[in-house]
Amino acid sequence: MRKPWKSLSKKTRALAAPYFVWSVGFIIIPLIIIFFYGFADANGHFTLSNVASIFSHVNLKALIISMLLSFLSTFVCLLIAYPLAYILAEFGHGKSSLFAFIFILPMWMNSLLRTIAWQNLLEKTGLINTILSFFHLPTMMIINTPWAIVLGMVYDFLPFMILPIYNTLSRLEIDYANAARDLGANGWQTFWKITWPLSLPGVISGITMVFVPSLTTFVISDILGGGKILLIGNIIEQLFTQDNDWNAGAGLSIVLMIFIVISMIITDKYDKEDATKK
Amino acid sequence: MIKKLICVVLAAFIAISASTSCGISKAERSENVVYVYNAGEYIDPDLLDQFTAETGIQVVYDEFESNEIMYPKIESGAAVYDVVCPSDYMIEKMIKKDLLQPIDYSKIPNIKNIGDYYIEQSRSFDPEHKYTVPYCWGTVGILYNKTMVSEKVDSWDILWDEKYKNEILMQDSVRDAFMVSLMDLGYSCNSLDHDEIEAATERLKAQKHLVQAYVVDQVRDKMIGNEAALGVIYSGEALYTQSQNPDLEYVIPKEGTNLWLDCWVMPKNAKNVENGLKFLNFLCDAKVAAKNFEYITYSTPNEACRDYIEDEDLKNSETAFPDLSKYTNLETYHYLGDTADKYLNGMWREVKSY
Repeated sequence: MRKPWKSLSKKTRALAAPYFVWSVGFIIIPLIIIFFYGFADANGHFTLSNVASIFSHVNLKALIISMLLSFLSTFVCLLIAYPLAYILAEFGHGKSSLFAFIFILPMWMNSLLRTIAWQNLLEKTGLINTILSFFHLPTMMIINTPWAIVLGMVYDFLPFMILPIYNTLSRLEIDYANAARDLGANGWQTFWKITWPLSLPGVISGITMVFVPSLTTFVISDILGGGKILLIGNIIEQLFTQDNDWNAGAGLSIVLMIFIVISMIITDKYDKEDATKK
Repeated sequence: MIKKLICVVLAAFIAISASTSCGISKAERSENVVYVYNAGEYIDPDLLDQFTAETGIQVVYDEFESNEIMYPKIESGAAVYDVVCPSDYMIEKMIKKDLLQPIDYSKIPNIKNIGDYYIEQSRSFDPEHKYTVPYCWGTVGILYNKTMVSEKVDSWDILWDEKYKNEILMQDSVRDAFMVSLMDLGYSCNSLDHDEIEAATERLKAQKHLVQAYVVDQVRDKMIGNEAALGVIYSGEALYTQSQNPDLEYVIPKEGTNLWLDCWVMPKNAKNVENGLKFLNFLCDAKVAAKNFEYITYSTPNEACRDYIEDEDLKNSETAFPDLSKYTNLETYHYLGDTADKYLNGMWREVKSY
């Protein structure tokens, strides 16, 4: 039950105060500033041109490429993460937490460093190509292409897909699956009718947690794309730092926020439908 | 104005959060301090300690990646620095925007060590020589790997040669990229002519499929690691790369290039002016400048320091101290105005998203 703010005891209010200050100071005020800049021109007059600049040739292309690469990397993450999470949850009782831990371990290292490491691995004279050419195998030239960016996204964000799926799967009652088997369902049927639908909340939060950072990244495309592929994140970053044009940067940020909110609404809807089915 | 206000509000928030978490260092609390804002890897760090040992003044030292990143911080007043080291065209912009204060040269007796040639050069962006203390200078040229490029390199044209597909590193900076293209076409690197800039844009687009990557500082490491055959680089980096990889050679193309000069300036809102002047006088000292040169290997306008350079190779390096009279078409960047800047930035994004 939600209680009105006034009916809360003094102690509860005091405990909530830091969070209130935090959300106002570091979420609400910055958001207001972004909206202020996004809808103002250099002289502070109202304009829609910053937001509308998403339709310019360059910006639209960047947004479309960002969407494509984010979809692709989210899909690849799901393909890799689901079986892994399933195996961890299903077969690894006792040891599974150790395995899950191993997959989460890279998250403890700075993601920038991990991306730079991939650059060193993939370069023309990088580790992978050195080994390949040592065995007289054809070398791999994916650095500075969109594929390298997708690889970077998958590597950086994979743990965000594994964790929520693993969490939901490991909490599934084994009785459901057993009941389905008792009633004559085979392995595939059990999976598609029981396990998969019940794991959807984890899948959906995994998708959001991979898709949103992929859509907004500018570091991965910068380092692994060699500056040759502009994602929408790169354009926003350049508008703020190189152009000193905060208005246009904020305008595009608002557009990006709209896309993120849309993706969250869609996933939230699936989440609710799933809950009502249960 | 509103931008300033917002920056102040944000700064206040950050300051409050920082101070409540005891984030203020000892140097910042003491009065005797100088705030220095310099480009990345652009000073011998030992000199900062030496300065503190000699004067008792603590140095709070921050770095920026590019002139463009530095500018908004000074403009908004979000950060207050006593001395900053931008490039020529950016200094011109800061003077025009009234962000700098005149320097009292009587407090910098060591400025006599700076060659007249460089003071003259600084007049192209600081006509009355009121605001600047020259620090480093150089050119932009082509660094190439002799084992991968056998022909004679003397023209920007080689950066458009299909033979070197995926072997070319371009500068990821608007002015430098357009300089290469504009000068190769025979135009000025300060061109404001839309037809000329469009022609340069088309030329950069035509080059893109040959370019391995658009990078800034990484040109250095990638060329050392034999990652590419040709790279556009600042002359100051050339000496260092050659010391790490003897196959590398630096040339100034015959079409001409950018001659740049980075200078120390004092922002209008500087708080520790006296300390800032002491710091600049320290950097102009011949021995200090020699030590600094041997560390960063960027050409120094400090003529008195040549005698103190211990490394004979560095001292007589043709790359560090080229005979500029040999080159006819050397141009210093000028501030082009906000409209032109915006136009160029837009064109550059078109090249990069092409």
